[in-house]
Amino acid sequence: MEKFTSHTGRAVPLRRSNVDTDQIIPAHWLKKVTRNGFEDGLFEAWRKDESFVLNRPERQGATVLIAGPEFGTGSSREHAVWALQNYGFKAVISSRFADIFRGNSLKNGLLTVILPQETVERLWAVVEADPQAEVTVDLEAREVRAEGLNAPFELDENVRWRLLNGLDDISITLAQEADIAAYEAARPAFKPTTTPVG
Amino acid sequence: MGRTLAEKVWDDHVVRRAEGEPDLLFIDLHLLHEVTSPQAFDGLRLAGRKVRRTDLTIATEDHNTPTLDIDKPIADPVSRVQLETLRANCAEFGVRLHSLGDVEQGVVHVVGPQLGLTQPGTTVVCGDSHTSTHGAFGALAFGIGTSQVEHVLATQTLPMARPKTMAITVEGELPEGVTAKDLILAVIARIGTGGGQGYVLEYRGSAVRALSMEARMTVCNMSIEAGARAGMIAPDETTFAYLQGRDHAPTGEEWDAAVAYWKTLATDEDAVFDAEVFIDASELTPFVTWGTNPGQGAPLGANVPDPASFEDPQERIAAENALTYMGLTAGSPLREVKVDAVFVGSCTNGRIEDLRAAAAVVEGRRIADGVRMLVVPGSVRVALQAIEEGLDKVFTAAGAEWRHAGCSMCLGMNPDQLAPGERCASTSNRNFEGRQGKGGRTHLVSPQVAAATAVLGHLASPADLSDAPQLVEA
Repeated sequence: MEKFTSHTGRAVPLRRSNVDTDQIIPAHWLKKVTRNGFEDGLFEAWRKDESFVLNRPERQGATVLIAGPEFGTGSSREHAVWALQNYGFKAVISSRFADIFRGNSLKNGLLTVILPQETVERLWAVVEADPQAEVTVDLEAREVRAEGLNAPFELDENVRWRLLNGLDDISITLAQEADIAAYEAARPAFKPTTTPVG
Repeated sequence: MGRTLAEKVWDDHVVRRAEGEPDLLFIDLHLLHEVTSPQAFDGLRLAGRKVRRTDLTIATEDHNTPTLDIDKPIADPVSRVQLETLRANCAEFGVRLHSLGDVEQGVVHVVGPQLGLTQPGTTVVCGDSHTSTHGAFGALAFGIGTSQVEHVLATQTLPMARPKTMAITVEGELPEGVTAKDLILAVIARIGTGGGQGYVLEYRGSAVRALSMEARMTVCNMSIEAGARAGMIAPDETTFAYLQGRDHAPTGEEWDAAVAYWKTLATDEDAVFDAEVFIDASELTPFVTWGTNPGQGAPLGANVPDPASFEDPQERIAAENALTYMGLTAGSPLREVKVDAVFVGSCTNGRIEDLRAAAAVVEGRRIADGVRMLVVPGSVRVALQAIEEGLDKVFTAAGAEWRHAGCSMCLGMNPDQLAPGERCASTSNRNFEGRQGKGGRTHLVSPQVAAATAVLGHLASPADLSDAPQLVEA
């Protein structure tokens, strides 16, 4: 996983709540068997509308997405995270994220930042008033900074440590193999296996 | 202090616990399908890793599979590559797979329970958010992303932060014609699409106890639509009766040992939930969604809501967007909404009781002119059972299409899709924009409401049919 320490970039205000992962990346894109090449599928249906915020010339090259509450609901598809990253987003800010999407984002180094809705509204106002305004998402200092705004955010310390160091979860767990083997040895015999019967 | 069902199952699976770290949980059962696994297998290959426990892993093909001409090569080349990739990965890594054409093939969340693999007190994961379905057995079951699929394949564990617990207590009797689907849609409308975030839900109370195993699966299935990764129901005699004799259920002394353990799992009387919701079953009615998220639902007898009636500005904007997308007018009766299509199936409502309930409504009737009705069994086993009972004939005689098993029109990854602007009454779980096909409009309903809607051509319950038959419980 790529390290995340701090990122500064222009932002896209997405004034919508309940942006589900079917909107982020429609199902027909899920037939791909790779982790890349999803950028054109990002918000595919909405991007057909010329006035959609992502299509505006002044939003090209933006790297921070500021979305409404309940971002990433629905399907567990990690392709939603890949699509946002493939497009160029480094961080997403919202007042509420769906659990599975949030977990997926943090495992891929896409920083999802939870801020109170009133702070999200202030950020929207800043980046709508000036599309060139930059937003900094600083994981080391655990704060989001923009013109006239300095908002602290919380993140689980263990998750933060993994992101700051770009650590691979599987390697960490495999270092605890003895614990896994000990647990396996003590599992009750009645637990099911998938070994074909009869 | 006592513990809840979720806490007991969690505690029994902790491989490692350390201050400042997530718990490392052991996973008893890992279900795979073609869509969320290819990149995980690639990751294993790149790192030179194996599948740690192939004996706790099983795969089926469901999301992409066609429901017509399944004996012919798959027409869509991209879908075909994805299915072939799963087959190659399962062969290479030694994972049991039930492919298209196999008698055990079907929607992953229908297959696990019918094989008896889903058992009380187990941890079950799958790269699919509707893994919550398996919580109906008192399993802790939740959807995961592809990175976690790779993690489970490599280690049979997952590092997880301990969730909070929420009790959804439903007391009383469901009125006639009100189903598990109506119950869960009402729960989602009540707590919202984010209400369950960070929680494991436990459905309790006399109305839940009275539900059949399949109806319990319908309830737990849609926990994710309320934002909860998992929903659970304490195992009881209904659970044990469903499991006994299934392929992978324990037998002999192991059965006795298992049941003795399963009986210890129910939430202790002095356990405390982090949040509680109470629902009076007698107040529930057939429920339908009018919007583009599963929380935007209302009783069938209600009118399309006026966005101005929502106090929260985000909800108001969401309602305005939803009515525009859905082509609905605020204040018009939901019963007058005409449909083009009806879909009966999915991991929510694609089991035999669901098909029986829908068949009982259409039996001896014709579906309305201009309405296309698709019936897609959740698995090949469900299909065979339905055929044995003659349900396929009931559906086709009424003018419906009887298809092969799979996810089908629930998510529109295979050719079963709505055309732009088409409106569908669907027994599936998501009414998101474009979910059932680009520009398609979805109303989530129970199998009974789906069937009555097919007959009348507009949203309706069986009670709206002039000579309404005796209802079948589902």
